[in-house]
Amino acid sequence: MPSAETFKALLRVQDLTREFVSRRGLSTRHLVAVDRANLTISADQHEILTIAGESGSGKTTLARMMLGLVEPTSGHMLFKDRDVSHITGGANRKWFRRQVQPVFQDPFATFNPLRRIDSYLYETVGNYGVAPRKTADEPIERALNAVGLSLREVKGRYPSELSGGQLQRVSIARALITDPSLLVADEPVSMLDASLRMSVVNLFRELKARQSVIYITHDLATAYYASDRVAIMLRGWIVELGPVQKVLGEPKHPYTQLLKTSVLEPDPRQKSTERVSLAASDEGSFVRVGCRFADRCPHVMDICRSVEPPDVPVDGRLVKCHLYESQSSTEEAAEAAAPLVASAT
Amino acid sequence: MIAPPATPVTNVAEVRDLRAYYVTETSNVQRTVRAVDGISLQIQEGEVYGIAGESGCGKSTLLKVLLGMVTPPLSIVGGSVHYRVDDRDVDILALSESERRAMRWSVVSYIPQGSMHVLNPVRKIRDTFRDFIAAHKPSWVRQTDEHVRGYLNDLGLPERVLGAYPHHLSGGMRQRVTIALATILSPRLILADEPTTALDVVVQRGVIQLLEDIRARTRSTLVLVTHDMGVHANLANRVLVLYAGQVMEEADTLTLFEQPLHPYTQYLINSLPKLDERAERVSIPGRPPALDHAPSGCRFHPRCPYAMEVCKTVVPPLMEVRPGHRVACHLVNPPNGSAAHAVG
Repeated sequence: MPSAETFKALLRVQDLTREFVSRRGLSTRHLVAVDRANLTISADQHEILTIAGESGSGKTTLARMMLGLVEPTSGHMLFKDRDVSHITGGANRKWFRRQVQPVFQDPFATFNPLRRIDSYLYETVGNYGVAPRKTADEPIERALNAVGLSLREVKGRYPSELSGGQLQRVSIARALITDPSLLVADEPVSMLDASLRMSVVNLFRELKARQSVIYITHDLATAYYASDRVAIMLRGWIVELGPVQKVLGEPKHPYTQLLKTSVLEPDPRQKSTERVSLAASDEGSFVRVGCRFADRCPHVMDICRSVEPPDVPVDGRLVKCHLYESQSSTEEAAEAAAPLVASAT
Repeated sequence: MIAPPATPVTNVAEVRDLRAYYVTETSNVQRTVRAVDGISLQIQEGEVYGIAGESGCGKSTLLKVLLGMVTPPLSIVGGSVHYRVDDRDVDILALSESERRAMRWSVVSYIPQGSMHVLNPVRKIRDTFRDFIAAHKPSWVRQTDEHVRGYLNDLGLPERVLGAYPHHLSGGMRQRVTIALATILSPRLILADEPTTALDVVVQRGVIQLLEDIRARTRSTLVLVTHDMGVHANLANRVLVLYAGQVMEEADTLTLFEQPLHPYTQYLINSLPKLDERAERVSIPGRPPALDHAPSGCRFHPRCPYAMEVCKTVVPPLMEVRPGHRVACHLVNPPNGSAAHAVG
């Protein structure tokens, strides 16, 4: 897609933080769902970036901030060099929403069962002024073709008449109508069967020709299969970030290593007998000083319980861990954090 | 690695030609969903028996019948389910509700799907355990708390969950508490319905460890229903593959994964990505059929890349191709008189 605009990065997330406060009586609890996240998506080359982590790691909050659905508590988010961290309304918001489109988790919950599927597509055309009503079929047909469907197949149908995989495709087609430069898909396949799952993941690989995709999942196998880079999240932190072959191929952070050994490979000969340690408590680790993985880490050192680990560049990726601290240099750090193509900083 | 049960093999459960349909009637239009249509299987003492297939293939219905939970609109149209309990043969479908209730949890137990929602949200875990034991094991009532604490310790679960409400616990911990609840009376046969679905990878691993520990401790038999072939590969001794209410293939886990004969099994296994490769994976075309209008002949033929004329009309019989390996496919068992192409 040729573009007249020039910008340094498609999306640049700087120290993005979101804190949730809950009050019960006189006591107040703070929960930092996303803690100073840094990410850049290159303007020069499309990519699929996976954000992976267990539930409660903050991956959905980060995605909702990137979509402009949740406002960050602090930090910045630049989209095509425009600050969109506190986008409130008007033309700016419309522009941003056209550029960044969501795909949600549960296709059965996305669509009202009593509304025809195509009405959502026409509505999106109208909302964003993509085309006048008379010629609305054209962008819809184009979007549906991109996901392997046609308007004839969905026109007048209700959600119950389509399978989960087809519904998720319609949901993706809806997101494509505005011709966005970024899709943010939050667990798009977790509600689908293994067989349908692959058809949706394969679709993302095809869509990379048109735009970048942020793919949020806890399924490491599809993440490895589909994405170019991966960010592993733990308790609000990005603990490892880099090319997927590096991060999931030879993980460096002890948490990523735990994730990898936990994957149940569909191969009876690779049956793993290693026992994994599970989190004992869920809340404490958000507020503790030092490393949030210290309680479960097999390599824990004294420093881990008192000092927050820095982001250390190791073998082409960033790792937030004290284990690798001595081997770092600042230039390497900048290089490891860079998107696929070295960005023009 | 669990060794296969010692010979001679005893079957704890035997299902013969079971047919269980959902029959509904709306404004005089009768609709019959053939969720389980002619399934036969044997579950051996001490094994982990996996049941695989996509959603809507009849897995959960089969489990319901195994438990004897047959309530309208589900009805048994044919076949039988027999258990072997203390060397007695029990026909579960012939039992009265109270006899079935007496068997449930202490002989046959059930770990339900979506355990997020099975614990009472307004009762502490301790009270849920107390209610459960009062209802199903009155002889324990005086020492309920000791039994519960002891069992949680055995399973490596923290005792303090007893004082918590379900919403205080993470999804994985709730699932493990549910498993503890379902197995505290040392049942001989445990039926687990999608026990790891919707859990994170690390927690999944933890749940699998727990199920293995329980099985090793009590030497019970586990029936594991899940669509996740990764779980079967890691836990099951034998796997049954269901499609549209019928058995497609059954074999020991290694054979099933390494020499799957049915095209559907091949798809199920080959469509999964592995962590060490990025080669393109093909997904199964189409989707499972609606079971009120199941396809004629082999039910997989509309999606099968090797479908032949005969597949559209003749139901392939389930044949044993070698000991312990059953397949229902015309490619593997060519029907008389017609020359079949071999699977490539």
